[in-house]
Amino acid sequence: MSYPTDRKYTKEHEWITPDGKIGITSYAQDSLGDIVFVELPKIGTELSVGKTFGTVESVKAVSDLYAPASGSVAEVNGELATAPEKVNKDAHAVWMVKINLKDPAELNSLLSAADYEKFVSEEAGH
Amino acid sequence: MSAIAATPPVIRKTALNAVHRQMGAKMVEFNGWEMPVEYPAAIGCGIVNEHIAVRTGVGIFDVSHMGDIRLAGPQALAAVQHISMNDASKLAIGQAQYSALLYPEGTFVDDVIVHRLGVDEYLLVINAGTREKDFNWVRDNTRQFDCLVENLSDDYTQIAIQGPKAIDLMEKLSADFIDVPANGFNAPFTTLKIEADYKSLKFYWITEGRTMAVRGNTERLFDSRTLIGRTGYTAEDGFEIYIPSDEAISAHVWYGLLEAGKEFGVVPCGLGARNTLRLEGKLPLYGHEISDTINVWEAGLDRWCKMEKPEFIGREALEASRAHPLQRTLAGLEMIERGIARDGYKVLDSAGSEIGYVTSGSPAPFLKKNIALAYVPPQQAEIGNTLQVEIRGQGVKVQVVPTPFYKRPKK
Repeated sequence: MSYPTDRKYTKEHEWITPDGKIGITSYAQDSLGDIVFVELPKIGTELSVGKTFGTVESVKAVSDLYAPASGSVAEVNGELATAPEKVNKDAHAVWMVKINLKDPAELNSLLSAADYEKFVSEEAGH
Repeated sequence: MSAIAATPPVIRKTALNAVHRQMGAKMVEFNGWEMPVEYPAAIGCGIVNEHIAVRTGVGIFDVSHMGDIRLAGPQALAAVQHISMNDASKLAIGQAQYSALLYPEGTFVDDVIVHRLGVDEYLLVINAGTREKDFNWVRDNTRQFDCLVENLSDDYTQIAIQGPKAIDLMEKLSADFIDVPANGFNAPFTTLKIEADYKSLKFYWITEGRTMAVRGNTERLFDSRTLIGRTGYTAEDGFEIYIPSDEAISAHVWYGLLEAGKEFGVVPCGLGARNTLRLEGKLPLYGHEISDTINVWEAGLDRWCKMEKPEFIGREALEASRAHPLQRTLAGLEMIERGIARDGYKVLDSAGSEIGYVTSGSPAPFLKKNIALAYVPPQQAEIGNTLQVEIRGQGVKVQVVPTPFYKRPKK
């Protein structure tokens, strides 16, 4: 599995593009199974890097979403309220929230596609 | 990420463990057993698809982790009557009934299916997590009866075949030998037949079938009687078969069922779908709707508790508590605002005061709703009553609805 190089990744299996779009990785959706519910913050909410900002629920479990970077929510993907399974179908194409990055330099400390791929293969090996 | 709960030192595996892994199932620890929770999306599975398959076609489950206790002897019936709340004297040979083993307080040791195998022979099928506890309980509480008590749990692989097309699958396997592809586990067998009289096998009855596994066309290498029950835990028609816990035979039957069931849309199903299916049907799960702190009246299992039996463990306490009003009752809830109520979440009244808790809660993949069972005071359990469930600190509206949430259509 190769991960898109147009974005950065976190160890919590989220991705963020340079223009502030945030989603979860294909590894995350596969681990979760069928996604049935996504809870996202309202427009204007301030996200703090590393803090939880919403939840993704599969049939069996609730998983927290962690902010890869700080910023205020500018857009929310309304499709996910009624069609959360879109995330399973194409996790890298489906963004959840778009934020106005408070400090774009925060992305520098996140994982590149290659680093994330390595991280995942090590984690999957456990 | 997730809290590590206290687990037993050894995780047990069923005879089909390697098969589940080969199929790419996600494995989890459940009550000391490593079990498949769901099979891969790549083969058309996943909890949602598995659940829908059982409601519309057929699915198969490895339920070997459940336990089996056999009671046999001149006083086997008396022994069963003493420990079981239902009336086993009503069972004809070949008939089964739902029941429970109770503590003297009228609370639950476990729920159980009691099968009458012979004149003086009964089989209790019990939960995975309570195998040892139940066996010790049964043995310790039947010493006064002339009856042998055997723990047969490790002897069987138990496979459930569930769904409206389960009968079609089983009749196909009964009519003729089918070729089962080699899968790395089922050598030396190449063909399979499970013969049984399904035409006259009614729901909650059992029969003796015959499982034959053959190499080529003639060498019958395995030929054995097989207990088959028209029972299950999915609120659908279906069967549970008990075959020897030998790995090769178990793998052969498992893959044979998948092969024979292709035309009926068969899928392998894990514990995830097993839970959502039983929840839609309001079937209790030990540790959730029933436990050692919940009594028969609270759980709403009156129908299977025969107080007209003069004696059984727990009867006195139940008689006494029957005289007092119920403090809590099991209610069915449906989310009417966005959210999913889950096990352990608090139930609040419309004013926001805590009045109870969710025993089991989950999305219902077939009903396409989010449902839950909860203990609440009886006066709050009226159909149509609006309550709240606390989800991440917020009260989210639910409504009390009739149960079971799902009932299979009458043919």
